[in-house]
Order: sequence, then C-alpha cells, then structure tokens
Amino acid sequence: MHSTSYVVKFILIVSTVVALVLASMATLLKPIHDRNEAIANKRSILFAVNDFLETPVRQMSDDEVLEIFESQIEQIVTDIDGNVLSKEEVQERGYPGGMAEHVNLGRERRKPLNEQIFPVFKFQATDQVLTIVSVRGNGLWDEIWANVALKPDLNTIAGVAFGHRAETPGLGAEINDNPRFAQQFQGTRLFDEEGNFRSVRVVKGRATDEYHEVDGVTGATVTNDGVTEMFNRGLQYYFDFFDKTKVQ
Amino acid sequence: MADTKTLDKSQLEEKKPLFGKRERRLITDPINDNNPITVQVLGICSALAITTQVSPAVVMTLAVIFVMGFANLFTSLLRHSIPKQVRMIVMLIIIAFLVTVVELSLKAINYPIYQELSVFIGLIITNCIIMGRLEAFAMADKPWPSFLDGVGNAMGYGAILIIVAFFRELFGSGSLMGWELFGPGEQFMINTDAHWWLSWYMPNNLMVLSASALFVIGILIWIHRAWNRKLIDVS
Repeated sequence: MHSTSYVVKFILIVSTVVALVLASMATLLKPIHDRNEAIANKRSILFAVNDFLETPVRQMSDDEVLEIFESQIEQIVTDIDGNVLSKEEVQERGYPGGMAEHVNLGRERRKPLNEQIFPVFKFQATDQVLTIVSVRGNGLWDEIWANVALKPDLNTIAGVAFGHRAETPGLGAEINDNPRFAQQFQGTRLFDEEGNFRSVRVVKGRATDEYHEVDGVTGATVTNDGVTEMFNRGLQYYFDFFDKTKVQ
Repeated sequence: MADTKTLDKSQLEEKKPLFGKRERRLITDPINDNNPITVQVLGICSALAITTQVSPAVVMTLAVIFVMGFANLFTSLLRHSIPKQVRMIVMLIIIAFLVTVVELSLKAINYPIYQELSVFIGLIITNCIIMGRLEAFAMADKPWPSFLDGVGNAMGYGAILIIVAFFRELFGSGSLMGWELFGPGEQFMINTDAHWWLSWYMPNNLMVLSASALFVIGILIWIHRAWNRKLIDVS
C-alpha cells in the first residue's frame, strides 16, 4: 500500500501533465477547429441554394465554399421590426464576428422577441437574387432548424436545407438525411393569391395543396409538426424585413 | 584494455521476439476465440449506436484501436507506480486523456465525420472493454504485450462493429460507405422501383433503428459459436 501523501502527489502530477498536454493541444488546434466550424456552417447555408450552384455543395472543396461566400453572398442582420443592424450593433449583441453567419438562432430564441436578431443571406445566382433566411424550432428530442431560400418575389421557396441536433435516425432525422423531403418544398409558397400568409404545412398521408403542403416523414409525427410550427412562426419574424426590402 | 574485455552480461540475456507466438496470440485471440463482443458480450452499447453506416463504424474502430492500444501501454508503463487505492481513477484519466486527443484531432482533420460521431467518440470513455483490459491485462504485464493486447481487443471489437454496420447499412439504406446500391429512386445503382423483379423490395427501416443491431449481433454470436468449436460450453 502506498501512503496517502504519495497517492495525492501521484494524482496531482498525472492530472497536471494531462491537463497541460490537452490544453496546449486545444489551443494549437483552435484556429483549425474554428475554420472547420465556419465552413460547416457556410455549407449548411449554401445547401438551401444547392440547385442554383454549379457544383453541388457536397462535392465542393472548402476553398470553393469560402470563395462563393466571398463573391456571391451578401450578409444582412435584421431585427424583428425589419431594421438592418450594422456590424458594430451585431458585435454588441455578443457576436464578435459581427456577420449574419455568426448569429446563433439557438441563442437568440431564448431572448425576448423584440431583442432577437435574425440572419439574412442574399445569394447572387446567375439570373436572380435569392434570399436565404433561417428558422429554428423544436423536433422530438431537441432543436431542428432550416435555411429557407426564397425567390425574388419573397413568396416562392427555391430550396430548403434542414438540420437537427438529435432526431431519431431513420425517422425524424430523415428531414435531413433524405434529400427527397427537402426537395418537396421547392415551388411551395408562403402566401396565397390574396396575399394572406398560409405557410407550408407538413401533412400526414398525401399532400393535396400543391403550394402549401408537403408529405410528411412516415413515423415522425412530432418532427413533422415541429417543421410546420417552425415554418409558420419562424418565417413571420422576417415579414417586416421583407416589407421594407420590397419598398426599396 | 580491461574495460573492453569485461563481458557485458546484459547482452547474454536472450531477447524476446518482437512478434513471438505469445504476441501473435495476443492479437488474434480477441478477434476470434475471445472476441470482446461476441464472446465476452462487452461494449454492446456503442455497437448499437454507431453501426447504422459503415464509414462512421470504421472511424470509430480506428479511434478505439488508438485509445485502447495507448491506454494499455501507458497503464502498463505506470503499473508499478500507480497506487492501488486509486488505480481506477488513474485509468480513467488516461482513457479520458486519449479520447480527448482523438476528439480534438478528428475535429481538425475531418469535421463532417466528427459531427456525425461527436457524442460517441466521447462515449469511448465508458466502453467497458477498455477498462476491462486495463484492469485485467495492463496492470500485470509488460508494455509491449499490453499494447498488442489493446490493439487486438480493439480490432476484435471493430471487426464486429464493421460487420454489423455492413448489414445494417446494406439492408437499412441500401448503400455501402455512402455508395447507393439498391433502393427506390433514381439515385440508386439498381432502382428497385423500375427493376423487373426487385420491385417488391423496400429498404427495411427497422435496420436503421438500434434494436436491429441487437438482432444482428445475436445472429453473429450464434454463427460464431456454431462455427468455432472451442466456444461450445465455455459459459
């Protein structure tokens, strides 16, 4: 048996060595980690306009993603009243990067509504400008989110990219894993012909309304309803911004 | 000179072979006769979780080989100085250290795979096979055999992982390593919707759920025991 003081000393030395090695490793790799995270985030935004890109996002190299973000995307941050925030104002809200891509909706949705800010990305496609907005809601187990690309009429959906934190593989996770689910949203519309907001609903069985309904994922009712709720609520946050953009 | 004439007696001692019979058995035994999953039935939890697709299973296997090999090596190197009262905690520190190294490196090398595996890489810490090998082998044996024992057990674990993932991905999503082989839709190499006799086929959603991993592992254990006579009446 070792003495107590030996045990304490041994543990202290082992912990210190391990802590030092891990801390220096984390510090050294931090720039690479940050870069990877930023690129993964950019990819998820570009995924909404996948059909309007020359090469699909999955086949793009990291540099190509950065290049497209640099040359073809304009980033805007707006608040609930549609006012555009300057870089400094975004930084004041706790995002040192100060760009729309840095805004964390998961963090924003915990604030009161009038303090929340929302990211907007204007993507310059070959013949039109697509507006990409982000919505976030709850699935079955945890958060789900989507980047929604809108045509210049700010009514027709050009593409959607879903994401989730912990939905069940094969069921709720199909919103992200099965490309056919997101494809259904292409061509759906937010408003009916009178201009009333109808949103896009995920329905059980067969969708009957070409413009406002899509087929749900089998066996994932809660996730389906979460998507419906997320679109209905999250898109309304951008209405004041849309109105102000249209006037210009 | 007197110095040169004195024999260095340490040279007379016979060197053990680097890959002798025992060393080879340390690697091959856990792959077949003493497989951690199908014979010892350990490490089932991660075998259920990350076997829906082959490529994460391969990355997980590599991560476990690294963690287990080096955890065994470090524990064995420290085995005389680790106080018996706190040996479990020390092992846990070593495992957690190696797992964090894997996590940090993977995050830098391949971010998409890291995102896919993130939780499960952390859960290698709780993989009971590793703790079991440290306690049963590395605390009592020399560094080199310990390292081999760790690598061997991790390979035995990984082999089962990849076999299970193969069947689950093939029948669950109709693909292998992300290559879409057969299923309904034009993106598959064999489009079962349009095929002349496979049109009855649907990918089995049950295979994607973790419950199916238990069925697959159960069948594997059955086949393994029927095929390897040594395992009959072991337990």
